[in-house]
Amino acid sequence: MPSWEYAPAPESRAIANLKPNYRMFLDGEFVEGGGEPLKSINPATEEVLAEVSTAGSADVDKAVKAAQRAQDKVWGRMPGAERAKYIFRVARLIAERARELAVLESLDNGKPIRESRDVDVPTASAHFFYHAGWADKLDHAGYGPDPRPLGVAGQVIPWNFPLLMAAWKIAPALACGNTVVLKPAETTPLTALVLAEIIQQAELPPGVVNILPGAGEVGAAVVGHPGVRKVAFTGSTDVGKSIQRSLAGTGKKLTLELGGKAANIVFDDAPLDQAVEGIVNGIFFNQGHVCCAGSRLLVQESVAEELLDKLHKRVATLRVGDPLDKNTDVGAINSRAQLTKIQELVASGEAEGAKRWTSPCPVPDKGFFFAPTVFADVSQAMRIAREEIFGPVLSVLTFRTPDEAVAKANNTPYGLSAGIWTEKGSRILWMADKLRAGVVWANTFNRFDPTAPFGGYQESGFGREGGRAGLEAYLDV
Amino acid sequence: MSDRISVAKTYKLYLGGAFPRSESGRTYPVADAKGKFLANAAQASRKDLREAVVAARGAFKKWSGATAYNRGQVLYRVAEVLEGRREQFIAEVAASEGVAAKRAQALVDTAIDRWVWYAGWTDKLATVLGAANPVAGPYFSFSVPEPTGVVGVLAPQRSSLLGLVSVLAPVLATGSTAVVVGSQDRPLPAITLSEVLATSDVPGGVVNLLTGHTAELAPWLASHADVNALDLTGAHAEQRKGLEEAAAGTVKRVLRTPLEEPDWAERPDIGRLRAVLETKTVWHPTGV
Repeated sequence: MPSWEYAPAPESRAIANLKPNYRMFLDGEFVEGGGEPLKSINPATEEVLAEVSTAGSADVDKAVKAAQRAQDKVWGRMPGAERAKYIFRVARLIAERARELAVLESLDNGKPIRESRDVDVPTASAHFFYHAGWADKLDHAGYGPDPRPLGVAGQVIPWNFPLLMAAWKIAPALACGNTVVLKPAETTPLTALVLAEIIQQAELPPGVVNILPGAGEVGAAVVGHPGVRKVAFTGSTDVGKSIQRSLAGTGKKLTLELGGKAANIVFDDAPLDQAVEGIVNGIFFNQGHVCCAGSRLLVQESVAEELLDKLHKRVATLRVGDPLDKNTDVGAINSRAQLTKIQELVASGEAEGAKRWTSPCPVPDKGFFFAPTVFADVSQAMRIAREEIFGPVLSVLTFRTPDEAVAKANNTPYGLSAGIWTEKGSRILWMADKLRAGVVWANTFNRFDPTAPFGGYQESGFGREGGRAGLEAYLDV
Repeated sequence: MSDRISVAKTYKLYLGGAFPRSESGRTYPVADAKGKFLANAAQASRKDLREAVVAARGAFKKWSGATAYNRGQVLYRVAEVLEGRREQFIAEVAASEGVAAKRAQALVDTAIDRWVWYAGWTDKLATVLGAANPVAGPYFSFSVPEPTGVVGVLAPQRSSLLGLVSVLAPVLATGSTAVVVGSQDRPLPAITLSEVLATSDVPGGVVNLLTGHTAELAPWLASHADVNALDLTGAHAEQRKGLEEAAAGTVKRVLRTPLEEPDWAERPDIGRLRAVLETKTVWHPTGV
């Protein structure tokens, strides 16, 4: 056996073209905001990456008014075929600057470069490309002839896929003829502001897209502004609930993409090695900072021991560390606050009697890191089986019959996604029919495509992103 | 005015990604709208046509097997490259069709935008034309549109570029491949378009473009056993019935079009996409 020694393969930080200061994007210009500037840090090193100006409440008002003007006078009136060409430009410019965006994303977010390079950035470009094509085909989308836009969309996005979530929000809004005021997450504003630069380079009319960094109060101001006719939020279920409550009676159209506690269900006939890869991808992709992460593993009892053994062996090989290293499998936890939350939930798992196994992999002493962790002997009542951990922590439960698997999988207020692992096609389809989840993956996990609608049941939110179904959120239908 | 002598282009066929002369060695003179000689065009033979079908069939597997996203990007790339050669096409369309520069410009711009329109369709056909079928039984059943295969296209005789793009782009968008017989009297923009296709990541053989006498080539295209569909747009009136009869020999899908060419500048619907699509229905049992 040859021995393959580990050698670091770091991507150059210089590729990110990091600037010391970033400003918000309002009415086609980069301007200083009236809010207190924030410092975006690299979660892998805890060093400050850049200072970012944030929006004050007057800025939110200005941005909404600019977006309203742009919608009334230019964007809403423009033929779809012309809107399409602007959006295609954005898709191409993202693809051209893909490497720069990927490095910047990994610096700001902490995710492994392999993921930002192979998933986040290309999918973001694809999302614009796909929706560009819809801009002049809305008549064919099944919402009746000539469906109209809503107006100004206020959008608030999370820190786990900063650029990709911006694309998921902006692309359909623009394709349908709306204009946008978007607030990126406080800890990850940088790629959204490079996207603003791309939008400027694509010569979109001023005011069509406005990007206002800031903390929760900026988001609340955007969502609450009377000029906003559509609100789209991706983030925690708690905040989603408070947004839904705050919009009651306003008539604003709302879509929510919230938390999840997805069941990844493995039957005894599943190809176990393939399933192990899918389980690993399901929970350790993006450090588990994924709303649709397969965080509850349901294994058929007869193969539980064997699977768990294989899983431990595989997870122990995952490399945790420098997000810019192309070898890295699991990067940095996005913030200290998130790390604390994960630690707290893991402690509860131990206290409630679940059996903890943590990968013996080396973990950097600087930065926010958490070694991949698998809990066995988890019961449904435990917090780690009920609450979204949003970290690299997997809870393993067992079942005996398909009915029991369905009952346990659906035993959650969430309903975003689910996974099924079996060789039997009819069982996949039977399970898919019974699972109360918006996305069901069979013999795969965490697949995303602009043509495939994504979104949740129950407290995972409502509305879909992507596909023909995703257009509804941005049309007055 | 410079007294430099320009280098004139030899217009050849576009076949399997290359630009050969007709194997027959024949050419025919092409004149502008006022009768002034523009160039000689290759006069394709039956053998050239058969080579073209072989190339189109050979390219079908890869082109139809590409992801819809990839095909969309390639068609969009055609628009990009066409845009870069806008001036050349304006001059050629003006000369071929005898229209003023401003009109030619509008025709070329619309042709570019038409590629963009069809580029956006590649990954939306399945959601607009496909379906999950709610069958009354324990089965999961769905239907998806699939490309029909090799499509023979008799390109419009009058509209040398916009008309051609309007009949060719939908064939490519679905994942089918094409054997096109260009406008007989106005073939030059078609050959120049094939130079655009050759440099736009459209794989060789996906589009094969023949120039020559429509009446000579059309019957061979209509009766060829390895052609799946036939677009009659540029067919002569007196030949149409015979072509339809010949097409019946291998049950080709025939796209019948009005004798009078439409206003190609009008926004298309998806009829031309549907014309070259099959529907495949898949059944699978459900149950534990």
